[in-house]
Amino acid sequence: MNGAHDMGGMQDMGPITPEKNEPVFHAAWEGRMFALFNAVDVEWPYRRTQIELIPPADYLRMSYYEKWLAALPQILIKSGMVSAAEIKSGNAIAGTNTQWHVLTVAEVATWDVPEPATTKKITAPTQLHVGQRVRARNLNPVGHTRLPRYVRGKVGTITRDGGIEELQDTDTQGLGDKQQHVYTVRFAARELWGDQASPRDSVYADLWEGYLESA
Amino acid sequence: MEITGVPAYTRNTNKESRTTTTRHEVLSAVLAAAGAAVTPSLVHGEGHDHDHDHQDAPSDPALRVKALESLLVAKGLVDRAALDALIDNYEHKTGPRNGARVVARAWVDAEYKKRLLKDANAAIAELGFGGTNLTVVENTADVHNLVVCTLCSCYPWAVLGLPPVWYKSAAYRSRSVIDPRSVLREFGLNLADDVEVRVWDSTARLRYLVLPERPAGTRDLSEAQLAALVSRDAMTGVAKVQPAQGARL
Repeated sequence: MNGAHDMGGMQDMGPITPEKNEPVFHAAWEGRMFALFNAVDVEWPYRRTQIELIPPADYLRMSYYEKWLAALPQILIKSGMVSAAEIKSGNAIAGTNTQWHVLTVAEVATWDVPEPATTKKITAPTQLHVGQRVRARNLNPVGHTRLPRYVRGKVGTITRDGGIEELQDTDTQGLGDKQQHVYTVRFAARELWGDQASPRDSVYADLWEGYLESA
Repeated sequence: MEITGVPAYTRNTNKESRTTTTRHEVLSAVLAAAGAAVTPSLVHGEGHDHDHDHQDAPSDPALRVKALESLLVAKGLVDRAALDALIDNYEHKTGPRNGARVVARAWVDAEYKKRLLKDANAAIAELGFGGTNLTVVENTADVHNLVVCTLCSCYPWAVLGLPPVWYKSAAYRSRSVIDPRSVLREFGLNLADDVEVRVWDSTARLRYLVLPERPAGTRDLSEAQLAALVSRDAMTGVAKVQPAQGARL
């Protein structure tokens, strides 16, 4: 979606204001919000889409966790986990959950530790290769995409095959298979921003094969 | 699992997807559920049935979150103990100290550094860290790397924990790709024109950590002492690692 969240290259957003000795959460509710948002059994692209659907003026004004708070009720309703009436009343009306996975303490303990080795090797065909010049396609999907506006139509060079990853787009039409190679593409800063940019600098973006065409 | 029955995600013009109505409804619901007095002025002001935005809509996120949590617990959709564990993990266990250990190991062990730059996931697994599909990029005298996520807030949780507010800010996300040198100057880092700046725009599935340059005057420090010098900012690329206080230069 060409929303306010797709910020790369926008100007006049003000100074960056780092906070000394910043706490992980600035209030207890931020921690609870973080945990709730992560605990629900919904794939991330749908969570991100709902954040992107926050009207731009609100999106720009809200704090990070306020956005999560605005998005989560919609995610719950659209996934069918809770009804709009339940959100409205705050009370559980329909039966309790038997359908969705409930995150456990034991699972949380596995989040930031190495995953067990797997012998399963996923493969996917590819038409591209490292060193190839590619153009990011001019796609404007209305759902979630990992193709930022500022690279669309621009030409870069593949520097790495980042492996096979699931496409994160909510609308995958015309993008190929769900599992496909992600390529790291180097765009010269001047290709993206013109002569005002340093001739030495570059931006690297990880782009799914479906976003790319040979240039 | 794949979510089913999700309606097409529609544009903002669809009233159903607007947060204004939702905010109003959720606010009144959760205030009620949390036992707070729902007064018209608290919720929205009487007679407000239109759906334009109220920038000044009063809200108490703490109450709303509490009510949402109560609802999800009542529905059997979340386990409170798991929520507590998630918060505890990122407040007390997983944070930039993890990344600092990785960096310090790379500084003292050339073979480890090679493995780290070639296959970061395997290398951080050696230290017990994982769960993030990680790539490590190395700063040198000639190349400076900077990590951003322009679309949201992708960040290497396993080695840095949760991102700071500035990393998620509109200012940082917008400017890092178009004018990284001004961003670095704002953090107090003035790079010479002949240093190449590489900006890494993180995507959901792949995350980045910067391996900063080891500062001069640290030859006699132990791995643990080195790790103590490494800041989160240096591993995101907005700072260099400063030499130890009193280090012999």
